Amino acid sequence: MTGHVHSIESFGTVDGPGIRFVVFLKGCPMRCQYCHNPDTWAGGGGTSMTVDEILQEYQRTKHYYTQGGITVTGGEPLVQMDFVLELFQSAHDQGIHTCLDTSGVTFRPDNTELLEKFDRLTDVTDLVMLDIKHINPEKHLKICGQPQDNILAFARYLDSRHVPVWIRHVVVPGLSDNDADLFRLGQFIGTLHNVKALDVLPYHDMGKAKYHQLGLPYALEDTPPLSKDQAVLARKMILNGIRAQRLTAAGNL
Amino acid sequence: MRPEWTTFQHGVWEKEINVRDFIQKNYTPYDGDDSFLAGPTQNTTDLWAQVMDLTEQERKAGGVLDMDTKIISTITSHGPGYLDKNKETIVGFQTDKPFKRSLQPYGGIRMAVKACQDNGYEVDPEIVEFFTKHRKTHNAGVFDAYTPEMRACRSSHIITGLPDAYGRGRIIGDYRRVALYGVDRLIEDKIEQKNTTRTIMYSDVIREREELSEQIRALEELKELGKIYGCDISRPAADVKEAIQWLYFGYLAAVKEQNGAAMSLGRTSTFVDIYSERDLKAGKYTEEQIQEFVDHFIMKLRLVKFARTPEYNELFSGDPTWVTESIGGVGIDGRHLVTKMSFRYLHTLQNLGTAPEPNLTVLWSTKLPMNFKRFCAKTSIESSSIQYENDDLMRVTHGDDYAIACCVSSMRLGQEMQFFGARANLAKCLLYAINGGVDEITKKQVGPKYRPITSEYLDYDEVMDKYRDMMKWLARVYVNALNIIHYNHDRYCYERIQMALHDKKVTRWFATGIAGLSVVADSLSAIKYAKVKTIRDENGIVVDYQVEGDFPKYGNNDDRVDEIASDLVHTFMNYIRGNHTYRGGIPTTSILTITSNVVYGKNTGSTPDGRKAGEAFAPGANPMHRRDSQGAVASLASVAKLPFKDAQDGISNTFSIIPGALGKDEQVFAGDLDVELDFDLDSE
Repeated sequence: MTGHVHSIESFGTVDGPGIRFVVFLKGCPMRCQYCHNPDTWAGGGGTSMTVDEILQEYQRTKHYYTQGGITVTGGEPLVQMDFVLELFQSAHDQGIHTCLDTSGVTFRPDNTELLEKFDRLTDVTDLVMLDIKHINPEKHLKICGQPQDNILAFARYLDSRHVPVWIRHVVVPGLSDNDADLFRLGQFIGTLHNVKALDVLPYHDMGKAKYHQLGLPYALEDTPPLSKDQAVLARKMILNGIRAQRLTAAGNL
Repeated sequence: MRPEWTTFQHGVWEKEINVRDFIQKNYTPYDGDDSFLAGPTQNTTDLWAQVMDLTEQERKAGGVLDMDTKIISTITSHGPGYLDKNKETIVGFQTDKPFKRSLQPYGGIRMAVKACQDNGYEVDPEIVEFFTKHRKTHNAGVFDAYTPEMRACRSSHIITGLPDAYGRGRIIGDYRRVALYGVDRLIEDKIEQKNTTRTIMYSDVIREREELSEQIRALEELKELGKIYGCDISRPAADVKEAIQWLYFGYLAAVKEQNGAAMSLGRTSTFVDIYSERDLKAGKYTEEQIQEFVDHFIMKLRLVKFARTPEYNELFSGDPTWVTESIGGVGIDGRHLVTKMSFRYLHTLQNLGTAPEPNLTVLWSTKLPMNFKRFCAKTSIESSSIQYENDDLMRVTHGDDYAIACCVSSMRLGQEMQFFGARANLAKCLLYAINGGVDEITKKQVGPKYRPITSEYLDYDEVMDKYRDMMKWLARVYVNALNIIHYNHDRYCYERIQMALHDKKVTRWFATGIAGLSVVADSLSAIKYAKVKTIRDENGIVVDYQVEGDFPKYGNNDDRVDEIASDLVHTFMNYIRGNHTYRGGIPTTSILTITSNVVYGKNTGSTPDGRKAGEAFAPGANPMHRRDSQGAVASLASVAKLPFKDAQDGISNTFSIIPGALGKDEQVFAGDLDVELDFDLDSE
């Protein structure tokens, strides 16, 4: 089976544990205002690569990845779910740590056929990095142009499947830096039992140039990058939410 | 046993000069972490503030604060110099005061004069006359012997950076011998060596006897140098402070006499640690005191300075001294060689702040203790000042008591030395192959008048055929120029104190080097996998190229082009091997134009990979800038395919990365949420 590959980064250090072989796949239904890879939005195209070709590339440099593994990201990798499934199944067979970086936007809790596929995928996925854009449904829709419910359902699904998850959250000034929202996001995360880490990403504007190159409008033209200090504060606020939720849950026992 | 040696484990090191045996019998591997380290003392902080002030003055003065113009630097030429005598625990400067650059004319009087003139100083006319009329220099000897062909290659820059007008460097004396044995014992040993030379006076025997006499004289002067600073180094060092001081005197003597292109220190930390462990146990010194000795020692190494010309500094991007110190590594018995002293040396980057010199180089092995690896990583992140080299690779050839000279040249301490050989520009050589030996910039016939390529589009097989011939020619001219250089350097600018700290029987590596590897690899790949059209001037000389189509580029872990690069190294090395080398030198080559890639590029016309005339080469064995599109691992994998056996003098890859791309910030991300939340709960 062949996938549409946008690019490969052989030295990924921020997309999962250890040094990772990161495969960027083409295509994404989300249109996040702060997305720094708009060149991956369009589906199809890119470089056609088979699962075997990708894993052969990986194997040639596998000694660099002894503490890492393979990460599939994009775009939204699950737009090419069948390809990811086959890739992860083969990788899993070869003892490679697999990590899926997804927004969960393609998840449909009512589609049994799809659910069965997700079951097979999560069987061979060692870690999911789940990007929750916003806890407030309206703001979620505004940020990325997609509804939020399927994404939260996906988070709960992963919990039920006991798949380790890292939550990622991009904090954008004026869009997602509201304390009450951050706290509520934490409360939601606090209901999950499979979250191993929280990765707060401060918004940066390094993607701006790409929009200009592609002739696309950039919605955050006047939004300043988020400082590290503010990111640390935002992260604390989410942690407070998680803690509050867990204390409540413990109190209810 | 000597009184200084009591409590040391016995070994053959007592009977023969054998520092390695002493280390192996006596050192204590350290597996712990960095929590034992001490910060700077007040004296250290004061001295460093003084250094920073002088550095600022030097910068304001245009790069040089003071130069000697009258006194020719020798081991004993100057009285003592200090920053602040009462505060310094380790003493000694190259001249009678810090930041004053010494006058060293033996490499070449013109270079010495120019270095002074360019900085606004005038060498004493009597000295100039003496070294012009009465005493020949290395530089004068070389130019007496050069052939017109060699001169042409030098002017056209197809061979560049030859040490024919400046000190070749790259020789590391085993300075630890001064500390372990004291100078008297070393003199005894050298006298014994002189008494046992062969007895029929062939020229090599005469040379050996003359050199041994020079070495003995240098050792006598070394004792004098100790006395100038109030130390009796005729006897062995008795404690850690003396051990550092004694070995520093050995090194100081070397930099007082040689303005070499790289004046490296060796591998001293684990040796010194044996003394500090003994002193700590005996309660003689505290950790703070020992760290202070180390800080002051490293401070001295940071202040090694030479008189150099702006052109030299341009070639080497700054004013490097290459005081390389090799740290860590693993012994052939499987024990790692990391000691507390390895930590202390690296800790100077914290105590004194970061600095490029001394070039602290960690001999990296997968078998180093995890705590040390973590400390290295941490210090690298904070200072960006540690160099890493592959001990697992080099140990196979050089054992476990080698050190790095300059940036990558490995040699067994006291047993091996190197004839430094600059490098040949293989990219320019390719252009010569295409143009039949005509230089693409000057349009002069520099190389042999082989038939040029006349077709409009380049044919891979034809180019390779001609390129091989041209490389063979270049290797011959190059090695023979080096033969002349090293003959004359031995004769007129002999490194007597460094060689006095070597065994009698020395292995000599005959180093050569390659510049422009990735340019050639990509050029040949373009010719093979795309179409390359030649653009000629009115005389039919190819001056530019037009690449049609895409081609595999070195640096993406693509065997199609990576194999071209590897074959190239192998082929050129074999041509080097095909030549006679001076003094039985064993040929090696290196791929390490770490700093001079800009200058090499400037002197090379457009190349078939699409690089335009004058554009910089990639440094060392690096892929060309922005042509590696698969990320660092793929890029490193390409470099790692180059055959070390054909580039045994080293392969370097310069790798820059923004800190954020090396992993997550701890404050914004933590790997274990449960632990983190529990911690937060406890702290409330």
